[in-house]
Order: sequence, then C-alpha cells, then structure tokens
Amino acid sequence: MSEKEKYLLKVDHLKQYFPVRQGFKTIPLKAVDDISFQVRPGETLGLVGESGCGKTTVGRTLLRLYQPTAGRIEFDGEVLFDSGEQYDENGRLKLGSDGKPVMGKKVDVNMLPYRRQMQMVFQDPYSSLNPRMTVEDIIGEPLDVHKLYENRDERREKILSLMELVGLNAEHAMRYAHEFSGGQRQRIGIARALAVNPKFIVCDEPVSALDVSIQAQVVNMFEELQDKLGVAYLFIAHDLLVVHHISDRIAVMYLGKMMELADADELNNNPIHPYTLSLLSAVPIPDPETARKSKRIVLEGDVPSPLKMPTGCPFRTRCRYATEQCAAEMPQLKDRGNGHFVACWNK
Amino acid sequence: MDEKSKYILEVKDLHTSFFTDNGEVQAVNGISFTLEPGKTLGIVGESGSGKSVTAYSIMQILAETGKITGGEVRFHDEDITKWNSRQMQKFRGERCSIIFQDPMTSLNPVFTVGSQLTEAVLLHTDKDKKQAWARAVEMLTLVGVNEPESRMRQYPHELSGGMRQRVMIAMALVCEPDILIADEPTTALDVTIQAQILELMQELQQKLGMAIIMVTHDLGVIASMCDEILVMYGGRVCERGTADDIFYRPAHEYTKGLLRSIPKADNMNEKLVPIGGTPINLLQMPDGCAFCPRCDAAMKICLSEKPEELRVSETHLASCWMNIKDLYEAQEEGSHE
Repeated sequence: MSEKEKYLLKVDHLKQYFPVRQGFKTIPLKAVDDISFQVRPGETLGLVGESGCGKTTVGRTLLRLYQPTAGRIEFDGEVLFDSGEQYDENGRLKLGSDGKPVMGKKVDVNMLPYRRQMQMVFQDPYSSLNPRMTVEDIIGEPLDVHKLYENRDERREKILSLMELVGLNAEHAMRYAHEFSGGQRQRIGIARALAVNPKFIVCDEPVSALDVSIQAQVVNMFEELQDKLGVAYLFIAHDLLVVHHISDRIAVMYLGKMMELADADELNNNPIHPYTLSLLSAVPIPDPETARKSKRIVLEGDVPSPLKMPTGCPFRTRCRYATEQCAAEMPQLKDRGNGHFVACWNK
Repeated sequence: MDEKSKYILEVKDLHTSFFTDNGEVQAVNGISFTLEPGKTLGIVGESGSGKSVTAYSIMQILAETGKITGGEVRFHDEDITKWNSRQMQKFRGERCSIIFQDPMTSLNPVFTVGSQLTEAVLLHTDKDKKQAWARAVEMLTLVGVNEPESRMRQYPHELSGGMRQRVMIAMALVCEPDILIADEPTTALDVTIQAQILELMQELQQKLGMAIIMVTHDLGVIASMCDEILVMYGGRVCERGTADDIFYRPAHEYTKGLLRSIPKADNMNEKLVPIGGTPINLLQMPDGCAFCPRCDAAMKICLSEKPEELRVSETHLASCWMNIKDLYEAQEEGSHE
C-alpha cells in the first residue's frame, strides 16, 4: 500500500530496441537501454536530452505505443508489463547455474482500460489533430472510445467544460483544427488528453513548436491544470530553461541511457555528471551580463550513431574524464544522497 | 573621418511587400537600422514579424511575389536596391553572405561538399580549380571540420547537422565577405552543437573581422552574441539599442512582455507572465501600433496612430507611446515643482 502511494509510475530496466536492417544482417538500435525511474502522483518529471537520445521513445513505450523489448512497467500499483528478467541490487542481470537469466513471471496486460489513466500530448499541434474532424469530435473521441457518457447532451456538456478548462471559446466547438493558431491547437490537444480524466500525461515537446509569447501561455496552463486536477506529467523537452521552470525533478538522458536524475533546482545548481554539466553550460542564458561572464564547456564532436554505440558508458567518447573503466562497463544510476542519482564512475 | 566610412550597412525606411491572392502583405513596414564593421546586430522577433524578410531584402533573394516597395539599403554609402542583377550577384557571396536555418535543405544534395564550396571561389575570384580546392580545404579546416580533404568528396547527407552547418558557414565565408547574415543558424541544432556553432561564429568574427546580422527568435542566443539588438513585431521595429538597453532597460511594451514570458535563470519558480492574445495577422494591420491589440498598457492614441521612434537614450530608440507618456508626466512633475 505504501509503495502505491509513493509512486504513480515505476519503471525498471526498461529496454526498447528497434530492428534495423543493414545488408543481410538485422541489428538492434538501442533507443532506450536499461532505464529505471519513478514518477510520483501529481509531480512533473522533466526528461531532457539531445535529439536521438531516446526521450520520445521512453514516453511512447510507457504508454505502450511500442511493445517494450524488456523491463517492467508498474502503474498505480499494477504491473502493466514485465518481461520476467530478475536483477540483483547492483543492477546486474541474475543468471542461473546454466548461464541463462533467471526468469520470473511474464506480464503483458491489455492496455485499453489503462489508457483512461495515461494520456499523451504531442509535439506538433499541426499534425496531431485530424484535419477532417471538428474540435468537438477531436475532444470527444476519447469519450467515445471509453464510453464515458450516457447520451449526446452529456457528451456535449463534457466537451464544452473541457474547452473552458483549457481556455478555448465554446463557440468554436464546430470549427476545424486548421482554423486555429498554433497555441490554440495545442490547447485542443491538451483538452483531448484531459477528456478521460487521466492521472498521468506524457507531454512530448508540447511547447517546442510555439512562439515565445505563446509558449508562456501554454506552460502556465500546464501548471494551472496540475494544481487543479493533480495530474502527473512526464515533460519531455529540449529547452532546458522551460523544463527547469515546470519540473519538480529532471532526468537527463544520453544515447538511450539515463545519466542523472535529481530535483530541478539541485540539478541546475549542483550538476554532477560531466554531460549534464556541459549541457547546462551550453544553454544560452537570456541575460547579457551572465552570458558575458559564463564560460561554455564546449563538447568536442558529435553524438555517436546509436547503431555504433561505444562500449560501456556511451558518453565516454566526448567526456574529459573518461578512463578504461568507462569503456568496460556502464556505471549504474546510484543515489548520491537526497535523491540525486548519477551514473558516472569518476565524478 | 567622414560619415561615409562609419557604417558598413545602413537600412533606411525599408518596405517589403508580398503580393498574394488575398492582397498585399506588408511583411516589412518601414524599418531602419545601421551596422558598424565588425559588430554583431541581432534581429529578434516571433514568426511572422518580418525578421527573415528583412534579411532576404538586404540580399534581394525574395520569393517571386515579394518586392521591395520603398526605402534604401546603403552598403558603403551606395543604395544597393538600385543595383542591377549583375551587380547584386557580385554583392552576394563576395561582400555579403547568408547562412540559413536548415543546413539540410540549403545544401544541394546531388553535389559534393567540395564542388559546392569551390563554386563560390571560382565564380567570384580568378583562382583556378586547384587553387579553389586548396582554398576550400583551408576554409573547412578553419571552421573545425575534421579530415577536410575527405569531407570535400562527401555528399551533404553523409554529414551530421552540426557538420553541415559548419560547411554552410565555410561556404558563406570562403570569399571573405564584409557582412555575414545568419538566419536562425542554430534553431535546427541541439544545445551542445548550438554552443559549438555560436563559439565558432564568434571566433571567426575575431579572426576575419566581418560584421554579423543574427536573425533569431531565441533571446538567449541574442544575449550571448550581439552588441546591438533590433526587436521586431508585425513588420515594424519596436525598439533598437545595445544588448544592455534591451535586456535591462526595455522601453517598448512588447519587449517587456517578451522578457517576462521567458523563465529567468536566477528565479525559476517565479510564474511566467505570458503576452495575451495571438500573433498579428499581417493582412489585417491595425491603424495604430501593431502590438496594440495584445498590449495591456494600450492607450487611446495607440489605437489610432502609429508610434514614432523616440530616442530614449543615446544608443536606445523605441517606438512606443508609453515613453512619450512617461516623458510628459516627468515634464508635468518638473513644472509643478
């Protein structure tokens, strides 16, 4: 019971590989490789990283839009997926006497009832709304799927109150998506996610496509809705200032692995992982005085291709502190006190 | 020194319109600014504010429906809007270059990096092919591309986003222009790669001494790169001044709103104050101030009359009636005492 109250979502050793054909061989692209984290009820967990680091894949795998390759997903005290592998306290795979992994019970539930609890808001408000449906039908579709109304009047009433909740004019219910501006479309997408009254929403770069002045409107709305409805967010974005502003805790990903996870202020004031350090110093601060004083830690080179992942820690090819140990084994994400998790051998 | 040599580029009351089926769209509506050699000017604004069109108007690379309808662009005190296409062709690339937002679509996918880099050299100088090749390799080395010789034989799709943007910069600078226009040069890149490119641009500016016009919507990029800033909204200049003027003493309600709507690094838990309403439709421009429909401080005069550009300080100009009100009130107070 206590466990259930503490965590809304618990992810253990989640892996998501995609098969990629290269000539005659099919090799796995490790988009998400062995990630563990928890989301508490009503909190915002920010997920940051560069493009291709697998942050969007994490969001989609959690909602089971992809079939996970391995791992365990627990939501609200119930196991939604478990591939059965067992791990010891050091995070290493438990092997039996025959050298094969010890397998536990496999679980793979039907997701439909759980999708009422977990929803998603997409990045691009232009392509994530059906251009042939009216706003009323877009917001009403989840209600239809989960049969959440008795009659037409109730459906309409629910839709109108949702539109009011996200600051849309109820008179616009019969309009089509193309008649709205970017910020308003994102509001439609949020109303659609809220229609089933979820406990958890994956927000996949919800403000990246918006102008600065509109961005603030939408960010504020996310915060107000959380205060009102107590919904938890996984807020995926690459804009670190916005993520820091909205998140309670932030997780940093690099090439499918989690590098650091801590409270938002703690991560910003006291980053430990060398990657987080350079990521934070690379953010252009909108303040000329600070910009003149601060020194960027410029990383050499590019992110390696996820098909040719370096052994051990994926960041070691660009890391100043890399040693032989980094090449040999990926460090586990360990608590350094006060819930500040870091995966690094040297720092 | 006479007036002539102070500014490398002087834009005076520039108007650019697009003639569409729905009528004339005044994308740039009377903007003026000056650029000194070796300095960086930032043009900041939201989408549709006319910042890119301003850049394209200087280069005269507007789409077919677009036309400069008034004003002057003076380069070394010569009005280049009157130049013919031949003169302009020499101007582009040799005196003034541009790099675009998306390095994938602005490089030609069917030619190698080398042939695209040498093209500019062959076109603008009397170097032969061998010398042009050597010059291109030299440029690639300068912008920090590793193994430049083998990169020359590669196609754009074989390079990463950051590498492609470096190639774009090398191509723009290969003839050592006096002005480099960067139109959202890092928007398509990740933060760590963005930091690399911004660092590179500052380094190259110190080495080669060109002036940079930085067009972007990112206030962070502007703050870390620019000496002077031009804030645009609805095709007009809201205010212009030094970086410190704009960030610490904003004098236009739009700039103030913009600064309030971004998270501050030193106080993250402070609530954001967004600008209400939606961005302006250029087909339905109000009579008065373009920002007036979204402005909390709007007064009667804002509805009916375009604000005039007012000098707030020696380096700082703003087009907002609020400043005149402030001035007026200050005067009133003075006379009472």
